[in-house]
Amino acid sequence: MTVPATVAELVRQFRANGRIVIVGASLAGLRAAEALREEGFTGSLTIIGDEPYEPYDRPPLSKQVLKGWVPADHTTLPRLREVNAQWRLGVTATGLDRAAKQVRLADGEQIPYDRLLIATGTRARQWPNPDEAALDGVYTLRSRDDAAQLQKALAAPPSRVMVIGAGFIGSEVASVCRELDLPVTVVERGSAPLVGALGGVIGEIAAEMQRDHGVDLRCGLGVSSLEGDSGGHVRRAHLSDGTIIDADVVVASLGSIRNVEWLEGAGLASGFWGVGCDAGGRAFDINGVVTDSIYVAGDVARSPHVLYEYQFLAMEHWDNAVLGAEAAAHNMVNLEPHYRPHLLLPGFWSGQFGLNIKSVGVPPFGDEIVFTQGSVKERHFAAAYGRRGRIVAAVTFDHGKWLEYYGKLIEQSGPFPPPPPGWDQPPDMKPIPAEFPQPGVPTAIPDVVLTGHDPSERAAEFRPRRR
Amino acid sequence: MVEETPWQQALRYANRANPYPFYEELRKTPVARQPDGTYVVSTYQEIVALLHDPRVSSDVRKLPAPAPAEGPAEAEPITETVIVEPNIITQDPPEHDRDRRMMTPHFVGPPHSPHLISDLEPEIRRIVDDLLDNMQGKTRIDAVDEFAYPLPVTVICKILGVPLEDEPRFHSWIETALDALDFGPEAASEEIQSRLAGGRQAVKEFGEFAAELLDRYAQQPGPGMLSAMVNEDGPEGRMSKGVLVSNALLLIFAGHETTVNLIAHSVLTLLRHPDALEKLRRRPELIVPGVEELLRFESSVQFWHTRSALEDIDIAGTTIPKGAPIFLAYGSANRDPKRFANPDELDLERRDNQHLGFSQGIHFCFGAPLARLEVQVAVGEFLRRVENPRLVEDPPPYRHNQIFRGPRHVLVDIDGIRD
Ligand SMILES: Cc1cc2nc3c(=O)[nH]c(=O)nc-3n(C[C@H](O)[C@H](O)[C@H](O)COP(=O)(O)OP(=O)(O)OC[C@H]3O[C@@H](n4cnc5c(N)ncnc54)[C@H](O)[C@@H]3O)c2cc1C
Repeated sequence: MTVPATVAELVRQFRANGRIVIVGASLAGLRAAEALREEGFTGSLTIIGDEPYEPYDRPPLSKQVLKGWVPADHTTLPRLREVNAQWRLGVTATGLDRAAKQVRLADGEQIPYDRLLIATGTRARQWPNPDEAALDGVYTLRSRDDAAQLQKALAAPPSRVMVIGAGFIGSEVASVCRELDLPVTVVERGSAPLVGALGGVIGEIAAEMQRDHGVDLRCGLGVSSLEGDSGGHVRRAHLSDGTIIDADVVVASLGSIRNVEWLEGAGLASGFWGVGCDAGGRAFDINGVVTDSIYVAGDVARSPHVLYEYQFLAMEHWDNAVLGAEAAAHNMVNLEPHYRPHLLLPGFWSGQFGLNIKSVGVPPFGDEIVFTQGSVKERHFAAAYGRRGRIVAAVTFDHGKWLEYYGKLIEQSGPFPPPPPGWDQPPDMKPIPAEFPQPGVPTAIPDVVLTGHDPSERAAEFRPRRR
Repeated sequence: MVEETPWQQALRYANRANPYPFYEELRKTPVARQPDGTYVVSTYQEIVALLHDPRVSSDVRKLPAPAPAEGPAEAEPITETVIVEPNIITQDPPEHDRDRRMMTPHFVGPPHSPHLISDLEPEIRRIVDDLLDNMQGKTRIDAVDEFAYPLPVTVICKILGVPLEDEPRFHSWIETALDALDFGPEAASEEIQSRLAGGRQAVKEFGEFAAELLDRYAQQPGPGMLSAMVNEDGPEGRMSKGVLVSNALLLIFAGHETTVNLIAHSVLTLLRHPDALEKLRRRPELIVPGVEELLRFESSVQFWHTRSALEDIDIAGTTIPKGAPIFLAYGSANRDPKRFANPDELDLERRDNQHLGFSQGIHFCFGAPLARLEVQVAVGEFLRRVENPRLVEDPPPYRHNQIFRGPRHVLVDIDGIRD
């Protein structure tokens, strides 16, 4: 047989009889499994998840579920097709042996694979003081169980809710509290809500919006400690300026931590910002060499993006999980030159305070912002972010139908400021500094991060191994 | 004689039943300048780009005076005959957004009244059932006059609060106005020119009718959306009288005209595709994707004509100059092979069917949720109850208008009506 014919036969064999293991039974894991079957993979498929539930959807948790519209256990993800997999739910993957090609489970079992997909996502960063974090009434919001408990606590109702951290999730929780007519205090270490993701100019608008809706918003401050009563229930929070706030529900929304610990020792390029991979989802090993059998998708993945100077992007976005999973699945059962890149233009949506916030591109990549459509005063507007004369991102408040236009401009590296609209121009269309916090200034961790190495930081140490 | 462009040919009445071969030719130039200076956009990607481009206006008042004609003598700008004051289709933001926000709570609902449309389903079923019951004992029916037309009219009258007794009057105004609208080479003909005056008069009378109705509701609130719009102030106040009338006309008009054609075309298309018809009969759950496919296959609105460029716009290798009118040809985009695999095939299970039958962007069809429900119920019940339907005449006679393209009658021989 010729070499190409042999290779084609191997691919066919693998698709028919290969063994694929997916670790992480959520959005990316499920969509990857479906895509694998769609691609004609008929071999054995094992999906490992540490939660006891079938894959469910997270965005409703901080919205419909908290409001009490939808029970937390009604968020199961729709199945797009039969996946015919062995589901290993409620069991944690604790290790990866790349030499033996096995995933180690908490119950001691070893699951062999030919190809592996890492889709372990992120978890909520807990309140750092473990004793305080263990108080009744202190919550984080990532899982279905978290949402169910917090919803119950909000329905009780509490006398006051304290939200620590005003990123997207913290802001959504605050919004729900106001909709439920609960008093809520939001404490944000940065200068404004959403400042990490959207910058200070938009953050200021978000701050006003929160205050207009009756949120007791305190920025530039931290919570230094939480205090409980004798029954072990949280009662008050001490702020860094000495103020004391009485609250009986505390939601810590401090950003997320990537679930990579189980990969320790596996020799993959995994760490604080996730698992490094190429644009096709193929994981890098610790030396930056691409692996052939290990793939990554979803919140835990970080890959270089051509639009953003090939910096590594980690995107904690729903779209990214779905499309990244599809691309990885395709590549898992194909070979060069049939690989497909996952070069999504990042996009995010959030519902809060009765309006719809959407962004496209990577706002923190920009340093300037210009309002391009609508009215800030009425909070219906679009704004574009730029860097060195190029548009790199856009954000809309209740103007989401225009996002497509900005997305196209960003993809084409269009000019910044972008061409002015023909109508509904804001009075002032001059670019101004977007006011992103300097790297190193603590704020809620944004959900699209440029994880590229900052040369001035000197955090990485290069020690080539000598033979 | 100057050779006609593919677009002009597509618009000829003789080609009404099947403009698709001309669209195919047209798509070879995605953005095609016409002799009168209009830019016709016929490909999916380009249309979507322009629907989201804030340099494109939908407001006809921003159109400059027509350039001196190069081709045959031009008809008067038609838009003048139909536009009284701006309505949500012919407005730009921020007025458009505000007016649409004011109308939304009274109609499609979410988040204000999420069940408004779905709560209409029993009523729609009852109307459809009655229409089919009325066909009992017949062996030949007209699927337009006896089915496709009465349903949407009854529904929209109920939603808006327009007395159904007035239907014959506004029906004839609408017909007259539509027949006077022509965007093709025949617009210059004496016949169309003479219809224009009639069309203008019809719109005027229709407007007076709507104004009177609104006045009556202002004095004495009644059921329906029009009364609510006259009497209820939202946080952003109330529309001016003129804008109210204009939007009322739009709703009455668009609320049934497009749906009539959609139902008629759906029946026609399914009768032409017995396999698809059989499949839908066996698997009624396919009605939801099926209606989307029917809507793609025979777009209810073939193109829209009130847009223009407010700046020079570079697209698909062409510059649409500032001030040029832009026609977006949805009917062609929905058959664009670059977007839809085998676009001329009817595939009720088509995936990723983001057709442009309801447009996109901020002018996305206001009535889409209602139209979808009506067509789903109507087509589903038609297939379930009508025994052995057979098309009598193919192609059937078409109405004159090109935008709201649809058959005037669809005669169907049937064996009976099931219970
Ligand atoms: C409250 C909330 C609201 C959100 N709202 C929005 C929104 O409005 N818009 C938007 O774009 N995005 C939103 N997101 C983000 C979106 O939900 C995520 O991007 C998406 O869930 C990522 O999917 P994933 O499969 O990569 O990771 P995850 O959903 O985090 O799934 C990873 C799974 O792997 C499991 N796991 C981890 N480690 C192991 C292990 N060692 N062994 C076995 N299993 C393991 C985890 O328990 C988890 O079930 C929201 C997220 C949250 C939490």
